[in-house]
Amino acid sequence: METIITDYNYWIYILLMMIGLYAMLSQNNLVKKIIGMSIFQTAIIVFYVSIGAKKDATIPIIEHGHGHGAASQAISALQYVNPLPHVLMLTAIVVAVSTLGVALAIILGIHRQYGTLEEDEILEQI
Amino acid sequence: MIYSEQLPILLMIFPLFAAFAISVTGVFHTRYCYPVAVCALIGSLYTSVGVLFEVLEKGVIHYRLGGWPPPFGIEYVIDYLNGLVLVVVSFVSLGAVIFSKESVKQELPDKIPQFYTLFVLLVTGLLGMTVTGDAFNLYVLLEISALATYALIAMGKGRAMFSSFIYVIMGTLGACFYLLGVGHLYIMTGSLNMGDLYTLMPDLYASHAILVAFLLILVGIWIKMAFFPLHGWLPNAYTYAPTATSCLIAPLMTKVSVYIMIRIMFSTFSPAFVFNTFAAANVIVWMAVAAIIGGSILALAQTDFKKMLTYLIVAEVGYMVGGIWLANRHGITGAILHIVNDALMTLCLFLVVGIIVYKTKGHQFNNMQGLYKKMPITMAAFTIGALSMIGVPPTAGFFSKWYLILGAIDSGQWSFMAALLFSSLVNAVLFFRVIEIGYFEPFADHHGHGHHDGAAIAIDEAPLSMLAPLVVVALSLIILGVYAGYIVTNVIQFAVPAGI
Repeated sequence: METIITDYNYWIYILLMMIGLYAMLSQNNLVKKIIGMSIFQTAIIVFYVSIGAKKDATIPIIEHGHGHGAASQAISALQYVNPLPHVLMLTAIVVAVSTLGVALAIILGIHRQYGTLEEDEILEQI
Repeated sequence: MIYSEQLPILLMIFPLFAAFAISVTGVFHTRYCYPVAVCALIGSLYTSVGVLFEVLEKGVIHYRLGGWPPPFGIEYVIDYLNGLVLVVVSFVSLGAVIFSKESVKQELPDKIPQFYTLFVLLVTGLLGMTVTGDAFNLYVLLEISALATYALIAMGKGRAMFSSFIYVIMGTLGACFYLLGVGHLYIMTGSLNMGDLYTLMPDLYASHAILVAFLLILVGIWIKMAFFPLHGWLPNAYTYAPTATSCLIAPLMTKVSVYIMIRIMFSTFSPAFVFNTFAAANVIVWMAVAAIIGGSILALAQTDFKKMLTYLIVAEVGYMVGGIWLANRHGITGAILHIVNDALMTLCLFLVVGIIVYKTKGHQFNNMQGLYKKMPITMAAFTIGALSMIGVPPTAGFFSKWYLILGAIDSGQWSFMAALLFSSLVNAVLFFRVIEIGYFEPFADHHGHGHHDGAAIAIDEAPLSMLAPLVVVALSLIILGVYAGYIVTNVIQFAVPAGI
């Protein structure tokens, strides 16, 4: 029980990921499959973003101009959230958006070709 | 000299900038697309050969992007293994792009700029995946090449669009698993650089998180390389893709994925972890046996020549994965040699398919009736490719199979050896059946296909831009076979991790 409460971010991402995976693999409608794919990718983004967070930490911008002398310039990493996973996820968001774009374009083509987006109806026509 | 220091990045820059150049010039005139793509890939081949020779002379190259030191910045690392893979990737893509000229004009006349833009972008992704030493950078490049592939496949006719959609779903799933695994590694170590991970991880090998990370990455890459139970997306996607597309993706995508698996296993994790702590090598060799036998049997069931070849790719993936997981020197040497050989054999056979599609508008077995008389040079090249696939001695395919069998004997994996021999037998049956159709059955005019074109294309030898790359590739199969020992002692020997 305690691990569920303290590591709730992991449980949320696993739940989201399973919803996405279920939709990708079991839905008959191609648009629903794509929605599942997006949820799956978002779950991983949630996972990365949550591991950068810390309690009582602030945004990772070093404050200049407060106080003088060497002591005030010392940086304690504990005071700042970890920016690296967030920056990585900017790239992953770009990748997710472009994958979504390509998938939607392909779906448009499929609809033009078969006149339907239900997988079983398409397979019948093939 | 400053120029030679910049070689590792130049080899990616050529095709990347060519992609911009083609998409811009394509708006004004489609005539310039092809020469720009060819020039860019000649540039890549030239630089990758240069890089390989520099590695042979001076040892491993570390290139820092933007001058940032490794754990903070992205680092490109080129050693004996990926130096060799780079040359293969750029050689195969140059052959495929030279070949594509007439085929693209025939199949995709209104999409020439789009085709070449995506084509060079795909090569950029493949070269980048090979050259990078950063786990997250690898993910981005994996997705660049995958996105280009989805669009290139969807350009085809018939089932292409639907097959491409299945590939989008499966490919995204694979990439996401990889990303998730990298996330676990980052939580445990705080680093994304492969060399850095290699030094940081040994203390953590007992951790479950590291084990899960390795499994996630492995499954992700297996989906990408179509390892047997996860191969479902590959045959249709590669069969219905436009000819010029399948000439590029069929030889390279799976081979580069196998390379990534080697890189993750031995340069990010270590042989000690992979073979001792993880300790599933036996299971994976059995999966490889299933891949080889399953791929071969499914190939036997086909009446479509191109589809038969795609199932053989599934079997060949089993060769390489199994060879690596044999966990001995001969097995890994064989697997790395097979990356080189199989890329060229597959290219050779798909170029032949491309010529047959160009001339007869189809890739069924009955399209090949009587072709030995009509196009002797093409079919001679096909015969060399087929013999190499079967593993007949002077050709390249024999030597990698020989090393794989030696590896199987060394570690006592008799099932793997039996699977290799079984697959050679099946290949012999498959290809001699095709040779028989081409040689003995009389040429039949296919009124069913393309009678709208009239007699626009007579069935004879293909144009020079198609024939030249095919002949070069077929000859290179024999040359590679003759110099297999040289390549093993001078390059691959150093690519196998020490202590195995």
